[in-house]
Amino acid sequence: MSKLALIIRREFIAKVRNKSFIVMTFLSPLLFVGIAIFVGYLSQMKADLKTIAIHDETGRFVNEFKSDEEFNYVDFSKIDLKILKDSIVSESYEGLLVIPNDTNNNTLQKKIQYISNDSPGVIFVEGLEDVIAKKITAENFQKVGLDTLKINNAKANIAIHLEKASGETALKGLNEIKIGIGGVFGYLIMMFIIIYGNMVMRSVIEEKTSRIIEVIISSVKPFQLMMGKIIGTSLAGILQFLIWAILGMSAMFILSSVFGVQMGATSGVQTQQAIQMAQKGLGSEIPMYIKELWNLPIATILISFIIYFIGGYFLYSSFYASIGAAVDNETDSQQFLLPIILPLILGVYIGFFTVMNDPHGIIATVFSMIPLTSPIVMMMRIPFGVPLWQILLSMTFLFGTFLGVVWFASKIYRVGILMYGKKPTWKELYKWLKY
Amino acid sequence: MSNILEVNKVDKKYGDYTALNQVSLSVPKGSIYGLLGPNGAGKTSLIRIINQITLPDSGEIILDGAILKPDDVMYIGYMPEERGLYKSMKVGEQCLYLAQLKGLSKNDAKIQLNYWFDRLEIQGWWNKKIEELSKGMAQKIQFVVTVLHKPKLLILDEPFSGFDPVNANLIKDEIIELNKQGTSVIFSTHRMESVEEMCDYIALIHKSNKLIEGKLTDVKKQFRTNSYEVGILSENVEGLLHELSQKFTISPTHFKSLNDELKLEINLGSSTPNELLNILISRGQLTHFMEKIPSVNDIFIKTVTE
Repeated sequence: MSKLALIIRREFIAKVRNKSFIVMTFLSPLLFVGIAIFVGYLSQMKADLKTIAIHDETGRFVNEFKSDEEFNYVDFSKIDLKILKDSIVSESYEGLLVIPNDTNNNTLQKKIQYISNDSPGVIFVEGLEDVIAKKITAENFQKVGLDTLKINNAKANIAIHLEKASGETALKGLNEIKIGIGGVFGYLIMMFIIIYGNMVMRSVIEEKTSRIIEVIISSVKPFQLMMGKIIGTSLAGILQFLIWAILGMSAMFILSSVFGVQMGATSGVQTQQAIQMAQKGLGSEIPMYIKELWNLPIATILISFIIYFIGGYFLYSSFYASIGAAVDNETDSQQFLLPIILPLILGVYIGFFTVMNDPHGIIATVFSMIPLTSPIVMMMRIPFGVPLWQILLSMTFLFGTFLGVVWFASKIYRVGILMYGKKPTWKELYKWLKY
Repeated sequence: MSNILEVNKVDKKYGDYTALNQVSLSVPKGSIYGLLGPNGAGKTSLIRIINQITLPDSGEIILDGAILKPDDVMYIGYMPEERGLYKSMKVGEQCLYLAQLKGLSKNDAKIQLNYWFDRLEIQGWWNKKIEELSKGMAQKIQFVVTVLHKPKLLILDEPFSGFDPVNANLIKDEIIELNKQGTSVIFSTHRMESVEEMCDYIALIHKSNKLIEGKLTDVKKQFRTNSYEVGILSENVEGLLHELSQKFTISPTHFKSLNDELKLEINLGSSTPNELLNILISRGQLTHFMEKIPSVNDIFIKTVTE
């Protein structure tokens, strides 16, 4: 076995055997599922039924408010307003809607009040306003002799048909789906870089603090050791992803076979709903969404993901390795870590804000070329369709920079691993490059 | 006798700092070679260059007749001063790994490991982690790791630091045994008594330059001062002192003896020992007469402080 392979093997085994790796691998999916179940449970919980008292002196509006699961509207129009106001304080109901007696709708509009202990939610208030406004509008129409039914029928309902120059139908909500897909991949790359880059750094520091480093590099080149470490650690990370993927799939399988009947039932309901919607002409877009999803450059996305993943991870973990070599312990590494994490965060922000609005604009294009952000930004752009030459150019930049950074990192690494007891400055790191 | 290692005019600079200045050494095959020098003299830089951890700025290293090449690491066993092992790795696995990195096959490494574990009576440690061992025990493993691949040249930087006297002795015996079997040893230390005891060649590096090199006995001859330690029982001490001080430089000295005699250190200058002896014999009962041989410690201090 070559020395590099030996190092990769050791690093891999050391990572995989580590208790925290085992715990993380098997516990975090449980944690994830647990959180998902908890969130699901919370959303299933019914909100407390809130009672809203309505004191409608005109008697024209109270019947327009329909009670539902969340709000129970009670007609308290007969009860004296002062008593009602007092009982808000005793909290027998959430709030009190007061509509004073005024036959003139124009003046009435400004007199309606809502009284409560806590400030009400914006959406709730808008809902109340909506109901009242509809009623008043309808009344106003009647007064001037317009037929509400006819007006409703005359209203146009516009949904612009989006079409690409290539002739394919485009869908409005698709951008969200695309950024979602790109975002998942970009985010995965960022998380992997941070988690496993840190692991590389810690493993370098461990070799320094345990003083084994000089023994090792009397047998192998520092460059081999560094690369072995980076590759071995990344294999451990890939294994972790694989285990998660397998766990996820088998969990789905088990769930679907255990709750098979129930799920079948719900899907039956869904199918019926879908049929109904299709009959109403509302569901006609769903097959188009599915079709459009299949039209996404799936192969390009997956291949690019792997390449950007490898390139980005290697690029950043070279930085991490040289930082580990430069410092004596993890606390000293902070000052060097910030400049590494910033471009990653920048990449994610540009991805979610700029790419979403303008996937092929100047900012998105430039940052999908800059190697420090390209793995994340380009991954987010690809679902929107990026010309091949741009992808290739960005990958060339990425791997070219990677080679440069590895050269630079291995120089710092080579000097740093043999330096003890000093907290280096940026200036010193620069000096090491020239040794 | 040919040389196992030759260092020819090696220069090494770190930025503006010169670590080694035109240093040349010849380490004869089969010798135990002491590399001496105060802290910061350049010993570790030189050792790292020999181990190809760093490259010299200029100059060449010749190992066993050929210019040093990357694969030569398997012929060299190196125990650095800053040494350690992976704390959470098991002893057996760790030794196998390090031996394989040196170029041994897994099977050969196992055979060698069993030999050494038997020899040092540490068979039970195979599945222990280093963090479960005491410092002295870990040092034994460190030594095994260094010699496992049967190196032609063993380079030991402060080999006895961290060992208790029993283990230090054990390791010393192992080094001497390996040397008898033909392994050349370079050993860098501040412990002059072990240099005195073990080394047959020494070199002294000071402020990036090599100042002394050669066979230990030759170096000592070079530093001898023609001084003698004398013990004499005399009736007329004052007369004796007077006569001696006219011909030689004398100073009182101390050494262990059973008599209550006059103890002197006498520098003969250009005279011969016999001239001194003639005077002494005529003046009293001679109890002690010995040439004062410079110790390595004396040579070290004299050279470094000059």
